[in-house]
Amino acid sequence: MATTATVHAHAAPQGFIRKYIFSLDHKVIGIQYYFLALVAVFVGMFLSLLMRIHLIWPTAVLPLVGEIKPETYLSLLTMHGTIMVFFVLTTAPQSGFGNYFLPIQIGAPDMAFPVLNMLSFWITFLAFVAMIAAFFVSGGAPLHGWTGYAPLSALPSAGPGEQLGADLWVISIAIFCVASLMGALNFITTLLDLRAKGMTLFRLPLTCWAWFVTAILGLLAFGVLLSAGILLLLDRNLGTSFYVPLVVVNGQVMGHKGGSPLLWQHLFWFFGHPEVYIAILPGMGVASQVLSTFARKPIFGYKAMVYAIMAIGLLGFMVWGHHMFMSGMSPYSAFAFSIMTMAIGVPSAIKTFNWLGTLHKARIRFHSPMLFAIGFVSLFVSGGLSGPFLAQPVLDIPLHDTYFVVGHFHLIMGVAAIFGIFAATYYWFPKMFGRMMNESLGRIHFWITLIGTYAIFMPMHYLGMAGHPRRYSQLTELAYLHDLIPVQQFMTYAAFITIGIQFVFVFNLFWSMFKGPKASDNPWEATTLEWTTATPPPHDNFGGHTPVVNHGPYEYSVPGAPRDYVMQTDPVTAAAH
Amino acid sequence: MKDPKLGQGGSGVPPPVTDGGGDGREDNGAPDYGARLRRARLGILLLLVTVTMLFVAFTSAYIFRQGLPVLDERTGKNISDWVQVSLPTGLLVINTLLLLVSSVTAEFARRQITQEAALAPVQSIPGILVDGERSFPWLAVTIVLGFGFLAGQWIAWRELQARGFYLATSPSSSFVYLLTAAHAIHLSGGMLALIYAGVTSVLRRPVELRRIVVDITAWYWHFMTLLWIYIFALLEFAR
Repeated sequence: MATTATVHAHAAPQGFIRKYIFSLDHKVIGIQYYFLALVAVFVGMFLSLLMRIHLIWPTAVLPLVGEIKPETYLSLLTMHGTIMVFFVLTTAPQSGFGNYFLPIQIGAPDMAFPVLNMLSFWITFLAFVAMIAAFFVSGGAPLHGWTGYAPLSALPSAGPGEQLGADLWVISIAIFCVASLMGALNFITTLLDLRAKGMTLFRLPLTCWAWFVTAILGLLAFGVLLSAGILLLLDRNLGTSFYVPLVVVNGQVMGHKGGSPLLWQHLFWFFGHPEVYIAILPGMGVASQVLSTFARKPIFGYKAMVYAIMAIGLLGFMVWGHHMFMSGMSPYSAFAFSIMTMAIGVPSAIKTFNWLGTLHKARIRFHSPMLFAIGFVSLFVSGGLSGPFLAQPVLDIPLHDTYFVVGHFHLIMGVAAIFGIFAATYYWFPKMFGRMMNESLGRIHFWITLIGTYAIFMPMHYLGMAGHPRRYSQLTELAYLHDLIPVQQFMTYAAFITIGIQFVFVFNLFWSMFKGPKASDNPWEATTLEWTTATPPPHDNFGGHTPVVNHGPYEYSVPGAPRDYVMQTDPVTAAAH
Repeated sequence: MKDPKLGQGGSGVPPPVTDGGGDGREDNGAPDYGARLRRARLGILLLLVTVTMLFVAFTSAYIFRQGLPVLDERTGKNISDWVQVSLPTGLLVINTLLLLVSSVTAEFARRQITQEAALAPVQSIPGILVDGERSFPWLAVTIVLGFGFLAGQWIAWRELQARGFYLATSPSSSFVYLLTAAHAIHLSGGMLALIYAGVTSVLRRPVELRRIVVDITAWYWHFMTLLWIYIFALLEFAR
């Protein structure tokens, strides 16, 4: 058998900088991504809280930002959306947990290209710095929303934040695209080329399938966003007219002519819709993993789950037009996009059905990861059900610019994915840090967060149906919206409580890291490869040997087996009779 | 109870022991260059998928913009404002030939180093001397031809400017500069890789490692040649 030093592509680093800062170890890089996302989520959450406060107390002077003018509100909106989508929902589930656990779950000592992996993280970090810098330049952060619609995003004279702040925004997104493409390339190569002996594709944990399909989506989608960003930079700085038609700003005719704002929308949403799945698929993988482990049952319909992930990925590239029903597109195109969008309901329903099938008649162990995984399914269903409404042009047109859409995408893309991250954190924390998180705090965190998120986002559907427009800084003076003010107030109070409880989570995270009870190698009695190695895993993951896989990933409650689970590396005979 | 091998997630058939990859090392601890080459080729293939998506997006923007009617302020009617750029076609054909030849030399460089790598283990056996004749510097020729192509593209840009087509002159000229510049930047990446391979040759790195760099760069280079022919055809014929 080969020794640790010979198996691993690079030796364990000694100095602090090579070990923790510019590390080539996928586990350290995964943790770096995780903490980057943690910082980002608090920035994003703080911005959302400022918006919620402003919505019910429009004249309040707030700390750090002072009085919120309409353009300040738009800056908060833009930066909240961008930071959350890119630096939280894309970063933590895929780059964070994927980096840490994909190689271990397939039995590899590291990612395929460790140097590229390190570069991916630091480029992502650079993108985050550029994004945050947008707050501190002349004119402040951009106003054009996370979707960056042209011509607003393409004209520096269109508003205060559209000057240097918007340039930084575009540059940050472009840098982020490059980092994500490098990451996607690394994930796919690792999964295809570095699997341990016996780890056939249909023995992969569903987490790996989710990371794999997500990486393929990233590989195909981020290139398109990068191209869109390049065109936007050229329009903004070099006078081209890809997106800008003949337009007058503040009485001044701009030098552009003949560009099409719709071109940006097509390119953006060709990326933007797959991005929704980039955010949610890893959460689906984690939910499947956790549900099966804590229900002590094989995942219901493993292969159906795999094919559903693939189908969601594939269909995700054919539906971008449903974000553009308002743009005046041909009704025939809209019809096609509508049908394709509703078709995504089929694989999504298969997944939901299989999750429920996994829970059916199970002896469930209600630990924190399981609670969050069940919460994920709940939010996925609640947020998903409004999808088929919005998929129909005739309903989308009146609902599109209202809070209905805000409620829909926050439930399904935002909070469901965040619940996936929480489930993954509670589930893998013992393996990552060698200690257990506090269970009581975990349960308090779960219940208040679950109830809180429903309290924030469910009423938004109601507001939307009542015709409350989104994106406006304040509409308290409009008579027809007057009766809705108590609903807005309720949502803000719910936001205060929900955000407050997240500090309990952070306390639990850091306290447990140093003071939590020591974790065993396999505290959840799970079956996949990460639980066969030491806690936390050694530098080369498996302490000098390469595992050989003999079983599928979810063999729980196997009749006749000595324990109620069979680990993937157990010898074939161990569970035979 | 049925055979547990048939349980959830199992394929039902004991897997072949060859499934899965290696870690770049053979069991005796020696570097497994074959596995590394396979991995590097897969990586470069995925990189080319990304590059393809970038240019697919540019192309769809090109076709979208070309067919877009624009409101004429004087007549109030929708008209096409697409002005075809008069390309310096002769010069671009010469550039294309340069690139095609460079692709051929890159292929020769790839085959040459593949052969060298194959002979490396034999050469390391004491007492065996393989023909030490200096081989033709195909790599250097490729680099020179690559520089020639980039210089040619630069001259073509100057020619476009002389004809009055700047970046922001018309939608079509914006696309000409965009596509040629994006291609040139990608080709420059290939040049850097070739130069790196040359430097590692001087530094006497193991031939198997240099082979991996040259091999994947050659494939990348061929793709860049095809991409250029595609861009040239798009600009010339998609009117």
